Amino acid sequence: MSAHITLGEALRRRGVSRRGFLKFCTATASMMALPPTMVGAVAEALESAPRPSVIWLSFQECTGCTESLTRSHAPTVEGLIFDHISLDYHHTLQAASGDAAEEAREEAMHAHWGNYLLVVDGSIPLANPGYSTIAGMSNLDMLKESAEGAAAIIAVGSCAAFGGLPKAKPNPTGAVSVADIIKDKPIINVPGCPPVPSVMTGVLAHYLTFGTIPELDVYGRPKVFFGQNIHDRCYRRTFYDRGLFAKTFDDEGARKGWCLYRLGCKGPTTYNACATMKWNQGASWPIEAGHGCLGCSEPDFWDAGGFYRALSIPINDPAAAIGIGVVAGAAIGIASGAMAHRKKVEATHHREPLKVEQLEGKA
Amino acid sequence: MTPMDFLQLVRGPLFDIALTIFIFGVLLRLFEIIILDRKRDLSEARGGEFIAGSKTIFRRFKPDREKLQHSPVPTILGYIFHLGFFICLLFFIPHIELIHSALGVSWPGLPNFLVDVVALITMGALVGLFLYRLTNPLLRFLSSFQDYFLLVVVFLTLATGYIAFHHIIEPYPLALGLHLLSVELLLVIFPFTKLMHTFTVFLGRYYNGAMAGRRGVQS
Amino acid sequence: MSTTSLQRGLEAWKEEMDAPLAAFFSSCVHCGICAEACLFYTETGDPKYTPIHKLEPLRRFWHQEFTLFGRLLKMVGLSKEITDAELAAWEPLVYDSCTLCGRCSQACPMGNDITYMIRKMREGFAASGHVPPGMVGAAGRAVRIGSPMGVKLSALQAQIGHIEQESGLKIPVDVQGADYMALLSSMEIMNFPEYLEALARIFEQAGVSWTLCSEAFEATNSGVQVGSKDIARELLQRVVDGAEKLGVKCVISPECGHAYYALRWEGPNLIGRTYTFQVLHILELLDQLRGEGRLKVEGQFEELLTFHDPCQIVRKGGVLAEPRNLLALISDNYVEMPDSREFNWCCGGGGGVSSNERAEALRLKVFARKKRQLDATQAETLVTACANCRLMLEEGLEEYGMELPVTGLTEMIAEKLASSSAEGRGERTEER
Repeated sequence: MSAHITLGEALRRRGVSRRGFLKFCTATASMMALPPTMVGAVAEALESAPRPSVIWLSFQECTGCTESLTRSHAPTVEGLIFDHISLDYHHTLQAASGDAAEEAREEAMHAHWGNYLLVVDGSIPLANPGYSTIAGMSNLDMLKESAEGAAAIIAVGSCAAFGGLPKAKPNPTGAVSVADIIKDKPIINVPGCPPVPSVMTGVLAHYLTFGTIPELDVYGRPKVFFGQNIHDRCYRRTFYDRGLFAKTFDDEGARKGWCLYRLGCKGPTTYNACATMKWNQGASWPIEAGHGCLGCSEPDFWDAGGFYRALSIPINDPAAAIGIGVVAGAAIGIASGAMAHRKKVEATHHREPLKVEQLEGKA
Repeated sequence: MTPMDFLQLVRGPLFDIALTIFIFGVLLRLFEIIILDRKRDLSEARGGEFIAGSKTIFRRFKPDREKLQHSPVPTILGYIFHLGFFICLLFFIPHIELIHSALGVSWPGLPNFLVDVVALITMGALVGLFLYRLTNPLLRFLSSFQDYFLLVVVFLTLATGYIAFHHIIEPYPLALGLHLLSVELLLVIFPFTKLMHTFTVFLGRYYNGAMAGRRGVQS
Repeated sequence: MSTTSLQRGLEAWKEEMDAPLAAFFSSCVHCGICAEACLFYTETGDPKYTPIHKLEPLRRFWHQEFTLFGRLLKMVGLSKEITDAELAAWEPLVYDSCTLCGRCSQACPMGNDITYMIRKMREGFAASGHVPPGMVGAAGRAVRIGSPMGVKLSALQAQIGHIEQESGLKIPVDVQGADYMALLSSMEIMNFPEYLEALARIFEQAGVSWTLCSEAFEATNSGVQVGSKDIARELLQRVVDGAEKLGVKCVISPECGHAYYALRWEGPNLIGRTYTFQVLHILELLDQLRGEGRLKVEGQFEELLTFHDPCQIVRKGGVLAEPRNLLALISDNYVEMPDSREFNWCCGGGGGVSSNERAEALRLKVFARKKRQLDATQAETLVTACANCRLMLEEGLEEYGMELPVTGLTEMIAEKLASSSAEGRGERTEER
């Protein structure tokens, strides 16, 4: 596909009908929380959107994010959107390798300087650049170099967005997120381990439609997708309110589909679209499958106190706190009590009996 | 600091510190009291100390005519507040999970909407107690800064819990973090304020009942 | 140290510090319920009379000296030191407006025994020289003359003479080996000699072997009220010596509340050992005699009676059932006061207030509480079992223009003694 055809043309060439395209635009508009009247505008914008150049960098990651985005049920319009973008560099997917691959990246950067989108998945090791290199170049250097000419950066997955699993304690590689390094470019975080595929296409669609980045929350996540609380949108919420909880994964409560809070569900602290968009073309999602939310789209979810410990339980084992408190309290309490008691005994020993004459002031 | 960082901080190290200070302080205070001891009473006893003392511990949980008749407002609001606070503390399921994880004991909880109603009533009682303390000439005279301050802190634990539960403040990690922070504040000041009555009331009532019981009076 | 001083007062407080005191101070939540239980607050509406507030200096002292946190605050200068001027200012709260009645101790939801605390507080006030002059005077007379009212043995002997002449009964004095040694309060000797006569008649009928002791006839203990265990011990030792010298089995406390409490409950702790004799309140003994069928009465009082529970005998002394049992013997027409027994309201003159002239106006003012209680009963005769209460009630009734005879329970029993068994009166005592 050449660089100058529009998305509309590309879709028609692939046999997508006008009706199918509009259906996609409607879904996209509603996903982006736009009013129905905006569907036409979305369609028009997407129809004529030029094909953007995308450079996709993978650092300390597991390829799960790429898997999530490419393995969605085919064929879909979402898939075609990916087809439409000019994915000029993606070392997992591209055919080229070695020097040729790196040349493709540099070529795309020069050709679209200031206009290309940079997609990053995986975190960046700072402890020792040798932990992760591509063609002999450290992740840090490659990110800095690639970011320089980018119009915007999309950090895909929790590793790129927040450091993710590599950053989990004790963080041996000194992993950091994209936003920890790049300060002068707009960064859209699309966290999740992996992120919901339609969220990814939604973000791209928004960029293609408006040429701008969507409104972001405090974590740099698009509010339209990450503004909803899993717990608030969870179909099991009614059981939480009624106090009906599964206590093990095979008890009556679990079979009846009761709330998974006590099994460590992190729904209340998690903001993501899982509960409404679901996974695998809307087939299901983790909580529906009977497992509590891990909170994977939140920073440091790996260190948030254990996946199977209820949210109300403090992160650390209280044994140490209780132990120190008991020992110190007892020791200092006994010492202080003994001092007080000695004060009393001394006063008793030193006392001189009070005479009534003394009371009368005659003594 | 992001809301999640804040939550991790209050759920992690700050909670540990608060719990340590709480346990340390409570034990310190209790030892300071108990070690002072009391002199053996040489008078000929008319009744036993142990049973009378134990009875007094329970008897004074009951509302009596004396208090209801002469001090109705603090008595009734006081009962509502204490009962409500303990229902919220001990029968809200997330709290039961916390206690279970720390102590290994567990019991059935109440449906959340019930706890919710109780929390509202309890907060109402606290506001009532605060206003009563502020406006009643007797209570105003007796009250120190601590008396007002503690009502506010206890109210905050309930209010932030309510806010977190209802997602009134977003994002949730911030709301939950504020709840934990207010609880930690309560834990830290607990041993050094009149909140200690939670424990010393049992000592005090026992001593009172035992000394009276010895003289043949059930106090 | 030969004079009273702040330093000495604080040392006395250190000595008094114990686990109950510390637990009580730790428990107070400033709920104000004790104020509503105190007649000095309810009748004046002045919050400074809140019982726990009266203990404020002692609470601060405890916190500064006996808690780690308090010591730290003191070290960095964040807590106010106790001054002599402060104690002087507090003196009226600790003495004039507290009768040690113990009603607040019954009411406190935390179980604080506030009266117990005030008693300890007074030790420091006495040692620092902050005692009302009226009470110092009473204590001085008690130590030097033998009675707070200055009653000497000769006065008692004169009363004995009158009674023996009028009743034809013998009042035994200094009888070695008698079973019971009766004590009197000077109030009874001077104002209510009927008590002694009643005693003689009842014991005569019941065949009780008893005696008075010429060296120890005074039952009251000003030392306890002043708050000096040294003076209290000195006074109490006379009773103990007298009883042990005569070798009696039992000492009978008269109709006097504080005398009973001092003798029965504080005494052994003051002298540091248990007694070789038993202590009974006269009502306890009378109820025992009733139970054994040795107290025979005939006829009943027609008028409506009510009973004023003396705080130190009932609420603090544990003699609750006995007065009711005895009243039932002589009356069917009896009504309880509202708030009776453990929750009775004080006459206003306990804890040394009756000998504290400075407190008189306040005492009469707060008697309004008693008046309301009495009005509610519609009683025609008020019975009590404490001479001090009796005098305070009479004064209060007069102040409020109420016509209500006040009498002692022992006298009432004596009045209704069965005449048949009174035959041969005087013989038994003469046999000895």
